[in-house]
This record gives sequence, structure tokens and C-alpha cells, in this order.
Amino acid sequence: MHYVIIGNSAAAVGAVEGIRRVDKHNPITLISDEPYHTYSRPLISYLLAGKVTEEKMLYRGQDFYEKNNVTTLLGQKAIAIDTDSKAVKLENNKVIIYDKLLIATGGTPFIPPMDGLEKKNVFTFIKMADVKAISDVVVAGNKAVIIGAGLIGLKAAEGLASLGVDVTIVELANRVLSAILDEEGADIVQKNLEKRGIKFELNTSVKAITGGEEAQGVTLSNGKALPADLVVVAVGVRPNTEVVESSKITVNRGIVIDEKCQTSIENVYAAGDVAEGYDLIFAQNRVLPILPNAYCQGETAGLNMAGSESIFSGGFAMNSIGFYGLPMITAGIVKPEGDGYEVLVKMVPEQNLYKKIILKDNIVVGFIYLNEVDRAGIITGLIREKTNVSDFKQELLKDSFGYIDLPQKLRRSKLLKGDSASCQ
Amino acid sequence: MKRVYAREEYCVGCKLCEIYCIAAHSKYKNDLVKTFKKEAKPPISRILVEESRPVSFALQCRHCEDAPCTKACIVGAMHKDPETGIVTNAEDRCVGCWTCVLVCPFGAITRDERGHKVASKCDLCSDNGQIPACVEHCPNRALVYSEYESNNGKK
Amino acid sequence: MSINYLTPAFLIERDKDRCIDCQVCVRQCANEAHRWDEEEQRVFSEDANCVNCHRCVVMCPTRALHIKKFPLEFRNNANWTQDAMRAIYLQAETGGVLLTGMGNDRPYPIYWDHMLLNASQVTNPSIDPLREPMELKTYLGRKPDFLKIKKGKLLEDIPPQLELDVPIMFSAMSFGSISLNAHKSLAAAAKKVGTYWNTGEGGLHKDLVEHGSHTIVQVASGRFGVDADYLKTAAAIEIKIGQGAKPGIGGHLPGEKVGEEVSQTRMIPLGTDAISPAPHHDIYSIEDLRQLIYSLKEATEYQKPVIVKIAAVHNVAAIASGIVRAGADVVAIDGFRGGTGAAPLRTRDSVGIPIEFALAAVDTRLREEGIRNQVSLVVGGSIRNSSDIVKAIALGADAVYIATSALISMGCHMCQKCYTGKCNWGIATQDPQLTKRLNPEIGAERAANLLKAWAHEIEEMLGGMGINALESLRGNRLMLRGIGLTDRELNILGIKAAGE
Repeated sequence: MHYVIIGNSAAAVGAVEGIRRVDKHNPITLISDEPYHTYSRPLISYLLAGKVTEEKMLYRGQDFYEKNNVTTLLGQKAIAIDTDSKAVKLENNKVIIYDKLLIATGGTPFIPPMDGLEKKNVFTFIKMADVKAISDVVVAGNKAVIIGAGLIGLKAAEGLASLGVDVTIVELANRVLSAILDEEGADIVQKNLEKRGIKFELNTSVKAITGGEEAQGVTLSNGKALPADLVVVAVGVRPNTEVVESSKITVNRGIVIDEKCQTSIENVYAAGDVAEGYDLIFAQNRVLPILPNAYCQGETAGLNMAGSESIFSGGFAMNSIGFYGLPMITAGIVKPEGDGYEVLVKMVPEQNLYKKIILKDNIVVGFIYLNEVDRAGIITGLIREKTNVSDFKQELLKDSFGYIDLPQKLRRSKLLKGDSASCQ
Repeated sequence: MKRVYAREEYCVGCKLCEIYCIAAHSKYKNDLVKTFKKEAKPPISRILVEESRPVSFALQCRHCEDAPCTKACIVGAMHKDPETGIVTNAEDRCVGCWTCVLVCPFGAITRDERGHKVASKCDLCSDNGQIPACVEHCPNRALVYSEYESNNGKK
Repeated sequence: MSINYLTPAFLIERDKDRCIDCQVCVRQCANEAHRWDEEEQRVFSEDANCVNCHRCVVMCPTRALHIKKFPLEFRNNANWTQDAMRAIYLQAETGGVLLTGMGNDRPYPIYWDHMLLNASQVTNPSIDPLREPMELKTYLGRKPDFLKIKKGKLLEDIPPQLELDVPIMFSAMSFGSISLNAHKSLAAAAKKVGTYWNTGEGGLHKDLVEHGSHTIVQVASGRFGVDADYLKTAAAIEIKIGQGAKPGIGGHLPGEKVGEEVSQTRMIPLGTDAISPAPHHDIYSIEDLRQLIYSLKEATEYQKPVIVKIAAVHNVAAIASGIVRAGADVVAIDGFRGGTGAAPLRTRDSVGIPIEFALAAVDTRLREEGIRNQVSLVVGGSIRNSSDIVKAIALGADAVYIATSALISMGCHMCQKCYTGKCNWGIATQDPQLTKRLNPEIGAERAANLLKAWAHEIEEMLGGMGINALESLRGNRLMLRGIGLTDRELNILGIKAAGE
């Protein structure tokens, strides 16, 4: 039995740990085009800002692969998979034969078409290499334009601003963090960022990056021109499905997987940002590019690859992030569209406090906690377990909301069970 | 594994568990007076008494078998000891992103922002090598430290 | 009224060097004698609210608290004492009867402390109970005048008996006056030690039916909670005529204490006052009492001893004699120091007689009348320790009833505020916020420990006297000597003076 994993981030590590819970001996080969030991992708903005060292970014200890009997092929890119001969072809022409394969190639930046992308000092921001490239050129006093006010864009902005860079963010949508916040929440976040000197151009896009060999500015579709010493394209990520393009593996937006995280082809699994697994809230397959989901899918894939029947009942969008000491936790549907939703809201503008909980048929389907995030996981748990909250709906927004507000029977069953399942 | 269970019918809401938890994690180890008088910022309690009179009970990390926090942690700081089952946060690695707060269904992880931001949670007083301070000092045996059959039949 | 003449009774002293402002005291005081000040970020005391129950003192994790008598001097006056004046201030304000809880606290002589026990020296050697068997087993109930035995077998059945492994039972305290958790503690402790607890006049809660074999159920003037199942579940039935703390007075459980559980157990509507009349309205003579005794025996097929409990009053000996003749199997006598959940202060402190005299008088009288074997004598009304018990047995008791000491074992600190329903120890209250403070596991353990400890001590004292069975001490007044007593007192107690 030979396990092969393409990828070296959360899903890949989850798979290694999943396999090794069942199978301590059979070899695992891990292929990654990045030359680094497994590191935490979400920490790249911390690295840019100098808040962590490269060493502190390791997602698992240096000896992780050795201890788990994993052969790593780092800096080697897998370019094709032949599921008939069970072979993975590498860019360096090596061929790796697998018995069980996991594709965990993650996401790749989505770059909208615009002129001047080929210029120097135009970057993306999802990998270690991106940070290193930016760090090599950036100096205090630079002007930067960031395209996209999503999680990546804002984190890049915070990182650059902390280095003394004058940052302007261009966003096509009407607000920042449109995927995880509604207008009210986004407004609070935007103002908080503006207070730190970050500027915004909303409802517009970059038409062209201007300059000579090096980027010197951008022109916007609203006609404005902004000077820029560097441009970061952070519009979003899409599944990095390149490696399966020539294979028979079914791809929709991502590689389609079932509840065991297996693809349409037997013995081939996919997990993480490249995969399109089940979303509990939307009750359909969706790409969920978030780390907890990647780990759980990877672990589930690993367990199944090693022969242990394991089912991941699904994930849903959830994020915990903060900018300049303003923490926020959001999950699920934050801006419901359509009928049948009930929305509970609490807003204290002077404290930058915003709480919003979205219910459908008395089941929580999403929430926003802004600047008061303590115990948010209880709400996440209610979403995951699809708990009917009709008996304590009125308590949900309370500052002290907790298990005390649950009916005694429900509380006891949850607390006495004293356990919770995350990847089941 | 052994866990701390609250018997709400005997919880008197005194919060001595919180107070002793704070002291147990202070640099003055279990010296209440020094903990509260000399520590500039005493530790945060890792156990929380929830109360809506007359009902009250204490709640802390359940050290889940399949702990969501360990899987969601973006830096791999949160881990479950395979031997003891205790879930601990390697505070030197924690970056305070609060993803664990997002996923903990018990709301048992708190934000400790006294210094370097870290997620703070019950460690079952594992470095004391004895029963957790909260259990030891509960005046009414409303906290018990015992085995309990979990969902999947494992102890 | 614009000002209250009543000054605080107690002063709360908070050691600032030790107080960590953890607010445990604030959370534990049902009387709100501690207050957290949000603005000042520290705990303040409201001395006037303090009843000196010591809950905060015991709970304070840094021992930062102690309670003192409020240091306000009244001009010295042997007649108009502070207590006398405070009572008047209070009544002048309320116009009401002064209420109190627990037993008589006046400085009357305590006759147990005027009696001394004997011990063996040289002759009749003493016995070491750790090495030799020691018998404390006690049977309560009517004993036949003589035994007819044929071929080594008893010809007639012995009347029903209660079998006690220790000569100590928990006396009556109703569910209502004390909490269900207190009842659970007592019931479990009684079972553990091999003795009995008593429901008092409040019925038997459904959760306690399982302890029926160790339960004495009470039938009192309000007849609360009495039905056939109640009687049949029990090991014995007690007719309550009187209580030492308030002879001649009934009981009154205010409606606010009659919650769901109390209401069901007492079989009365939710929230209604439960009034136990001063007399049984069907008992105006010994003959009437006999009717009730035999009704109860009939209802339980003569399988259970019937106890009649009376308060120790002036002509207790004659009354006890009547009770024996009415058919009681056990007479329980409650002395004037007996406790209560609520009683008028003046009654509690001024009515009745000491149990020591009542016991001596009753035992003497029944012996003189030749009917002592027809009944067992159980005495209560402030049994404070094991030597009180040994002295009671020597004076003629078969066993003792304890209640106050049982409550103290479970946490009572004798603040005497039982009647307020705010017992911070979770005993004399029905407030769910407070009742959970008494974990019945702990309560049972502590109450059982007390009985075990006392049993050990009783064995030690018996051994010292060269006696290896409690039965041999019963009524053995030669084992007692009086100290500091008048001839008259010695005479009534039927004991010699020390040195005689």
C-alpha cells in the first residue's frame, strides 16, 4: 500500500494524521511544488508584518514527516494524474505510482483580466513565496494598491501598513469583506481600518496597471488614477485543479468529493481548497476555502484511504479574523436573501459592537460577531448540530448567552455527553 | 478519560472554582492573596460559572475526543495529548487568531490578551499532577473529576 | 417611621490585607450583608443585615472575614439588658409577636453538666471496647410483662420493636421547616448507621419512600401528608402532641414556603398556609389519644410501634403514665431546650421544663406504677454530645432523639433565623437558590459520622464503667453523681451527690 498526497498544507497534514491513526507502517509520499516544510498559510500576513518568524509559521514540527514515515518531494510539482495506471507525473518527469491518492493542491489566486499584470512589483498574496517577493522590494513610504477587500486583501493591507506603506484598497463590491459581512458590519470594519490610514475605493475595479517595466500606478474603471509602487492582486482564490485537468476526475468548480472525500474515481481523494465538498448549510457541494474545513476533509480522506470508514458530514463557511484589535467571527449565511429567514440584531456603534444571528425555521444558519466574539463557538455548534432554538431564541444575543439559557434537558445532554465531534 | 463534570443541582454559585483556577495558573501558584494582590494582571479563569438564579454550573474545556479546536487551529498550537487525552494550547505558538473560539461548541476557550494574545483554556491542572484546583476546592462537590462514557463508547 | 431604633447586632470585619474582592461572600449571603460596589470595585458590608450565620466566614477563601458583636455599648444595666431593650424596639416597630428559631438560649442551668459518670477502678475492671465486644443495640417498643417459653421457644409474639444499632435517632423536623436535601441527608444517614429519622409533620417526600424502613412518620394536629401508604411505608408512627420549644403551641408554615414539592408532600394546595393547630381537635383526653393510637395500629395491622411525643411540662410524669395506659409503645419527651423552625420567642424561652428532670420523673413514675416495661422512653431537647446520651440512658432513657446536633453536623451555625426562610446553609429554607447548598451526599456523610463518633465515645464510657452492653446502664442511676445541685434537685433526679 502506497499513499500519495499532493499538497503540503492543512488538508495534507490532516490526511497524514488520519492515515497514521489507522495505518502506522505503509509508506506515504507527499509532493509539493513549494520547497518549504508545512507552514500555516493564514500566517503569511503575520510574517509580512514581522509578527512571526518563519520558524513560528510551521504548521507542524520540523520532525513531523519523519516521525510519521512520510517521504517528502518538496519543490517538485505534480502536473498530471493517470487514474488508470494510478500514476502521478511530476514536472521533472518522475512518475509516482499510488494505491491511494489525495489531491490537496489548495487554491490559486484568481486574477481578473486587466492590463499591465506582467509588470514588476505586481504580486499575489497567498503563499510564502508571495511574502518573500513583497518583502524584497517594499520599503516604508511606498504606496501600495491592493485589489480586493476580502480576507486576503485586508490582511495584506494590515501587513503592509504596519511596514509604513501607504495602502489603498480597490474593491468591486460596495463593502469590505463582502463574503463574510453585511453592510453594517463592513462599515464598522472599514472605518476602523480608515482610522489607521488605509484608504478605500469601493464599487470600482482596476482597469489597468500603469507604468513602465515596473508598476507605477493603476487606473480605475471609475476614471481615477492612483499611484502605486506595488500592486497586490487579492481578488480571491479558486481551486487549483490544474493537476487533474487531463484526468477523468470530475471537476465542477472544485474537485467534486463525496462524504468520504473520495472523488469520482475510486482510490482518489481530494480535500481542502481544491475540493468541492458538502456544505451543511446550503445542503449542496461547495468550495469552502477555509482551514478547519481543509483539515477535516484531509483527515477524513486519510482515514478512508487507510481503510477506516469515516464520514465528514460537511462543513460550512466560518471565519475568525481581526484587524487592528477589532476581532470578528462569522459563519454561515450572513446576509440572507430570499424568504423564510429571521434575523436577530444587536448593534452598539460606540463600542464597534455588532451581533447578528440568522435563523431559518428556528435553526441558526449564520451569524456575525463583531468586537465581542467570546463563546461564539456555541453558536457555531448550534449551526452544526442544527439545534432547534425556538425555546431560547430570545436569549441568543445576550452578552452572557451560554448553556444556562438552553432548556435543562438539552443542556444536560450536551454537557454530560462532554464531547463534540468536529469532523464527523 | 477523566473529565470535570458539573452537578448543577449542587452548584452554589460561589465561583470559588474560578478563583482557585486563577490562582492555580498564576505565578504565585495557589497563593490566593498574592495572586490577587501582587499580580498586575492575574490570569483569566479557565472555568466559567454560568448562572441564572437559582441554576448555576461551572463549565470548562471538555477535552473532546475529536476536539474541533485541534483541527481548526491555524498554527497547530492546539493539540490533544494522545496518552492523557488532555487538550492543551502551546501558548508560545498561538497567535491569537481565535479560530478555536469560533469552533469550540462549549465556549470554553477564552481570549487572554494580557500580554502576547493567546487562547486560554482548561489544562486540567495537568502540571500539578493532581486533581484540578476547581474540583479540589469546590465546597459542595458540585464538580467531580471522573470517567464518563462518551458518545462513541470510549472512555 | 423615619428611623429604626434597632442598631446592628453584628459587625463584619474584613481584613483588607487578606480580602481579594472575590465576592464569594456577596454571592453567598442571602441576607445581603455583603455588597459589591461597582464604582469602588470592592466589597462593602451591610452590618445591619448580618445574622452571624458564619456562611461567609467559612466560605471566604482567604479567611479575611470575621464577625463580632456590634461594639455599641449600652449603659450597664443588669435588668434592662441589651437584648431586653432590642426586643422592645423591634416590637414597638412591628407590633408583632417576637419570633425565633432553634432552642431556648437563656442561661438556665444545664443539668447534664451537673451530673458526673462513674468509672471502674480495681474492682469490677473496666473494658476496652477496641478489644472486647460492646453492645449498643437497642430495641424500642412495648416489652411483655413476662415471657412464656415452651421447649425453648417463645409462645407469644413480642410486640413490634424498632431495632437501633446506636441509641440515637434523628427527631422530627418537617419538610417545609427544613429542606428536602436536609431530609435526604438525615434519611441516608439513618440508613447508613442503622437507626431512624423522623419526617415531622410534613409528610414523606416521594424520593424518600425508599428509606421507609428507617423512617418514623409523624401524625400531628394538622395531619399533613397522612394516608395509608404513608403509615405503611414507615417503620414506626409518631403521634406528636407537643414540642419542647413551644409546648401548647401549634405550627404555622407560611404559604410562601409551600411550593410544588411541599404542597404535594403535605397534600395541601400550593401556596396555602399550613396550620397545625395547638391541640389535636380529636384528642381531649387519654381515651381520645387511645383511640388515635389504636386507629393507627389498626391501620398498620399492629406491625408498627406507635410513639407518642410530648413536650416536657410540669406534670409530665402523670401524662406519660396516661400515654402508656393509652397503648403507646414508645413515649418521646422533648425538653424545654428542644429546637424549632419557628416559635414565639417568649414561649420558647419560658415554657416547659428541663429534659433531665422530666426523664427522671417519668422513669421513676412508670417504675413505681410497674408499667415501665410497657413502654420505651426516648428523650430529646438538647442532647449535645455523647456524654449527655450516656447520662440520659443512666437516668432511664432507652434512646435519645437529636435534631439540633444533627443540623449542626450538616452546617447549621445556630443563627436562630430559621423562621426567615433564608438559611444560608440550605437547611431551614425552601429557596432553591439556598437548598442546593446542602449536598445530601455530604449532609448524610457528616450526620452519619457524628453518630458513629458518638457511638465510639459511648462505648468508651461504658467500658470505663465496666459495662459491655448499653442495656446494663439503662436506668442505672448509681452510675451518676450530682455536682452543684440542691438536695431537692438530686432527689428529683434520683441520684446521689458527688462524694456520696
